[in-house]
Amino acid sequence: MELIQVLVAGIAQGCVYGLIALGFVLIYKATEQVNFAQGDIMMLGMFAAFTLIAIAGFPWWLGALIGIAITGLFGFCLDAAVLRRIIGQPQFAVIILTIAVGFIFRSVAGGVWGADPVSFDTPYGGMVITIDENETGRTVLDVAELAIILGTVVLVGALYAFFRFTRIGVAMQASSQNQLAAYYMGIPVKYVISLIWGISAAVSCIAGILLAPKIATFDPDVGFLAITAFAAAVIGGFGSLPGAVLGGLIIGITEQLAQAYLPGEYARSIAPVSGFIIMLVVLLIRPDGLFAQIQRKKV
Amino acid sequence: MAETLPDSLPDPLLSVRNIETYYGPIMAIRGVSLDVPKGRIVTVLGANGAGKTTILKTISGVMDPQKGSVTFEGAEIQGRDPDWVARRGIAHVPEGREVFPFLTVRENLLMGAFARSDRAAVAEDLDMVYGYFPILKERAEQQAGYLSGGQQQMLVIARALMARPRLMLLDEPSLGLSPLLVKEIFGIVRRLNEEQGVTMLLVEQNANMALQTANYGYVLELGRIVMDDECGRLLESDDIKEFYLGVKKDAVRGKKRWRRKKTWR
Ligand SMILES: Nc1ncnc2c1ncn2[C@@H]1O[C@H](COP(=O)(O)OP(=O)(O)OP(=O)(O)O)[C@@H](O)[C@H]1O
Ligand SMILES: [Mg+2]
Repeated sequence: MELIQVLVAGIAQGCVYGLIALGFVLIYKATEQVNFAQGDIMMLGMFAAFTLIAIAGFPWWLGALIGIAITGLFGFCLDAAVLRRIIGQPQFAVIILTIAVGFIFRSVAGGVWGADPVSFDTPYGGMVITIDENETGRTVLDVAELAIILGTVVLVGALYAFFRFTRIGVAMQASSQNQLAAYYMGIPVKYVISLIWGISAAVSCIAGILLAPKIATFDPDVGFLAITAFAAAVIGGFGSLPGAVLGGLIIGITEQLAQAYLPGEYARSIAPVSGFIIMLVVLLIRPDGLFAQIQRKKV
Repeated sequence: MAETLPDSLPDPLLSVRNIETYYGPIMAIRGVSLDVPKGRIVTVLGANGAGKTTILKTISGVMDPQKGSVTFEGAEIQGRDPDWVARRGIAHVPEGREVFPFLTVRENLLMGAFARSDRAAVAEDLDMVYGYFPILKERAEQQAGYLSGGQQQMLVIARALMARPRLMLLDEPSLGLSPLLVKEIFGIVRRLNEEQGVTMLLVEQNANMALQTANYGYVLELGRIVMDDECGRLLESDDIKEFYLGVKKDAVRGKKRWRRKKTWR
């Protein structure tokens, strides 16, 4: 029963991509900006948790919570202090700016925490559940992977409820759908957009903290993962929140299947880029992605 | 915030003084002044590109005037952010039915009340706007993007009403609607003014409808006010008849009379 193991690993990996993709899409829907620093924000969140848990000695749950809060606040301030000021500039200026910001974060992290891999202890780190054992071997599930899946389900549910049922959540949707009309309603749109950046950063941090025990160690380059997550967002239609998560799952599962079942050399070379191959195929067949919303939004 | 004393009509809720507004180098509003007295409906008439929308945007804070002032309830508000102006009590109903397409009709309406915290009164007002626009109640749980153009127009008016504004800015509510629906919408505008006491600044190309609905009218041409009067008198004016109501005249004088009468400001 190796397939189950592969699928669980794929779904877990896909959830991480999905959460990061969610971060991309949240910001894109609200501002039509693509934040290429998304992965580096996740990286900073992971190092914040590392500092709190491994260095300052906080219990895991408390360190994780504070790390998520700090990263969220950081995302809020990043928009309020930097991105908000370049509203109205051409798209490519924003893209280059976020890429540059990402580089800066990475080099600052390298300076502060060093380039060597670090880790922090997660209570369930390294645990496995054995689901099948016979003479040929045993099938085990990594608890860290199950935790990623569970965490993603809870987080996506919470976000759904937030956007659907709270006044500020609906106001965020409104601001994303028609910014000018939102202003006319008295919605403080600038503040709302900064809040969305904050949520997006916090979600990325959660993805990173869930990911940490699965990859055991990480360094300032861990944020490159977000490039694959970007492909997930594109597959999902880059404007659809469920699409982002599904895009992530598609890529995660494909990667693991490719790694497990492609012959020898191919497994190692194809698996890491399988997400991009899927993205290409999807773009050729459905240029708007799988879950594109039909109506164009008004800005 | 400097307080200025109203300097003309008794108690104008809104007074605009000599505003000049630019799109980059293009001067769209060339020194416009107007007053909106409390409880009345004031209309601004003008052809395409006259600058009607720009005036409303300048009042609601989407655009900042280079010169001049906008005074609302005694306080200068020009240069403020539009969300601030909205929370202050001015509801701008923009042209082109700017709904939130993926929110339901009900959620759209509740967004109108975003700045309010009196939940019970908001619920009452929801019933009140459903009373004025029964179709919105029928479609309450439908996405606003799927409403017809006329229904969307009703929705944006109703949504603005949910803010309990003291002044409503209406930008061409008749645009693209059937004559029957235009009549219905203007009837409701009138009732809202009479029954709810909402002061209105109404911008229109449909001069006939606007002049029958409003109390006082301004005529705007190329960014300047060229004429203003009680609507009853504007309806009788030869210029208005000729250029805005499309009444054929014996065309003795082909030129626009107000130009020769030098009523430029
Ligand atoms: N975004 C813009 N950039 C540059 N010029 C603009 C812009 N919007 C409007 N203008 C110019 O400003 C002037 C006034 O435009 P405005 O939209 O206020 O006219 P309007 O009276 O509302 O016309 P309509 O009846 O067609 O809505 C026009 O000459 C127009 O060309
Ligand atoms: Mg206009």
